[in-house]
Amino acid sequence: MLKIKNLHASVEDKAILRGIDLEVKPGEVHAIMGPNGSGKSTLASVVAGKEEYEVDKGEISLDGEDIEELSAEERAHKGVFMSFQYPVEIPGVSVTNFMKTAINETRKAKGLDDMPANEMLKMIREKSELLEIDRKFLSRSLNEGFSGGEKKRNEIFQMAMLEPKLAILDETDSGLDIDALRIVANGVNKLKSKDNAVIVITHYQRLLDYIVPDYVHVLYDGRIVKSGTKELAHELEEKGYDWIKEEVNA
Amino acid sequence: MDLKDKLVSSFMAFENTVDIDAPVHDVRSEAIKTFEDEGFPSKRDEAWKYTSLNSVLKHDYSVFPKQENAIEYSDVKKYFIYDIDTYKIVFIDGKYSSHLSQTTHDGIDVCLMSAALSKPKYRLIIENYFNKAATKDGLSSLNTAFSQEGAYIHIPKNKLVEKPIQIIHFSTGNESALMLQPRNLIVVDENSHVQIIERHQSLTENPVLTNSVTEIFTNKRAIIDYYKIQNDKQSASLIDNTFIKQKRESHASVHTFSFGGQLTRNNLNFYQNGERIDSTLKGVTIIGDKQHVDHNTLVHHIEPNCESHQDYKGIFGDKSTGVFNGKVVVDKIAQKTNAFQANNNILLSDKASINTKPQLEIFADDVKCSHGCTIGQLDDSAMFYMRSRGIPEKEAKALLMFAFSNNVLDSVKIPEIKQRITKLIANKLGVSIGFDL
Repeated sequence: MLKIKNLHASVEDKAILRGIDLEVKPGEVHAIMGPNGSGKSTLASVVAGKEEYEVDKGEISLDGEDIEELSAEERAHKGVFMSFQYPVEIPGVSVTNFMKTAINETRKAKGLDDMPANEMLKMIREKSELLEIDRKFLSRSLNEGFSGGEKKRNEIFQMAMLEPKLAILDETDSGLDIDALRIVANGVNKLKSKDNAVIVITHYQRLLDYIVPDYVHVLYDGRIVKSGTKELAHELEEKGYDWIKEEVNA
Repeated sequence: MDLKDKLVSSFMAFENTVDIDAPVHDVRSEAIKTFEDEGFPSKRDEAWKYTSLNSVLKHDYSVFPKQENAIEYSDVKKYFIYDIDTYKIVFIDGKYSSHLSQTTHDGIDVCLMSAALSKPKYRLIIENYFNKAATKDGLSSLNTAFSQEGAYIHIPKNKLVEKPIQIIHFSTGNESALMLQPRNLIVVDENSHVQIIERHQSLTENPVLTNSVTEIFTNKRAIIDYYKIQNDKQSASLIDNTFIKQKRESHASVHTFSFGGQLTRNNLNFYQNGERIDSTLKGVTIIGDKQHVDHNTLVHHIEPNCESHQDYKGIFGDKSTGVFNGKVVVDKIAQKTNAFQANNNILLSDKASINTKPQLEIFADDVKCSHGCTIGQLDDSAMFYMRSRGIPEKEAKALLMFAFSNNVLDSVKIPEIKQRITKLIANKLGVSIGFDL
């Protein structure tokens, strides 16, 4: 589904990704771990199409189609979704209206008519129950005054509404207490199918107890320096990242 | 001959068209002298530092349109709020159009200034209120000197006027350039409530300059909600001088939506003559090209225990320019005043600019006064967030701008106006989606 080949990317002339290779197939869950500043969030943003990041070299393709020239919205229309580490507050736009606009714009891009209002309401109800989101919450301004946990739950709610092919969860576990973590992970697991894929970016192994990865990759200094199964995540949890750094630097 | 000289010398011709024995004519004669002394404001005047009238004063305006013109309702229907029942006072090139209007004398007076100035039954109101709120500056005096036509609205006490009143001025372009001096008087007596919508609309590309004066008086516990829709053609300019004198416990709100016109200057003045008065001044400005919109507001807190709320949002694209000059005066005896002022702006281009200046003169010591102004660009991180959810760039921008203006739209009490404004904003931003925020 997602193929990344020798990806180099920079922001303001500072090279951050220095040759990433990654292949994610439908039905798989990949975890990307690594110390701070290793380029994890950059990788997520580059795949999602953030313009500030310059792709200097390499390829990103989705279902065989190059996407690195596409705008963020075009990638979204093709089924790429990123859950933000720091969701942006947008005063004056309610969660419901934001979702309506996002869904209908995506449908428009696919040549479909707007989703009928009753269908939309039904979907909103189902998905908000899945994430245990209070209905009142949906009429509030997007992310404005939300707690850390509410913001992250709202991200996964959006994912549930948009039903992406490829979901990239950028540090979705940060700032979550254990209950919120369980709700979020449960939501992600219910949305998983053999046709979609998830990339979980995390600093800690904790989230991976709930969203169990098929593969774990360690990102360091802009490269994937080690790949393995979920056992690798446990090893990292125990031993930290220093041994990886030593291995790489040796 | 420059425009000032032309206007002064036209006054004699104007006198041939009105009753010069009426008491109001003394007021006019006085006013033309003031205009002769003061003339048009220039950039040397502090209040006009950022707005130059030079480009709009250069045309050879007709001061009196020669003939009456007719317009078919179907051609101009779109400029009306037509999906609800309303009273209408409509003028074409400054002349009353009975064909397009719907006035009333049934318990309330919704009619013409020319009638009110000439008929004895209105004499008392005219004596008590006419030119009692307007200041004696050059532009207001010019209007006073030529005051003859406009809307006259008197709501006696204890009336809830259920139909909004629309005041619409059309200009047909029959003259190569036209200057208009509409004069409105609105008196709302005790416990009464009225809603008014005002619009100036040019129908061709010929230059039009409107120098309008509106005097509003709200008596005890009266409520007035006033909506100004400014979305005129690029060739039209408007100087709107509005003066609102409020008595105790009255509420007055003015919402100004400025989306078009070459130059728009809003001189909006509130005077609080009593306790527990509430004054609201809100505006949304969205302009581009080389358009210019200037909001010059004054709230004068004269008595204790009153409130004022100002909230102006501006979005400026291309080479457009904006000015916000918000003055709040709190007299020494006006303790427990709550005065709020906010002016937030977004610049969409490097060539657009806004000059914003709060001016607070507070002489009382137990008051709550706040003011804040911001100038920024659209938030890049918010743009990426929205686009990553599939909302295209243009729509994402529009949604952000809607959200930005939403505080102001929120307090519009007539749903049809809110819808209309929402549509105008969507048009202005070039998007077709009707957000219901």
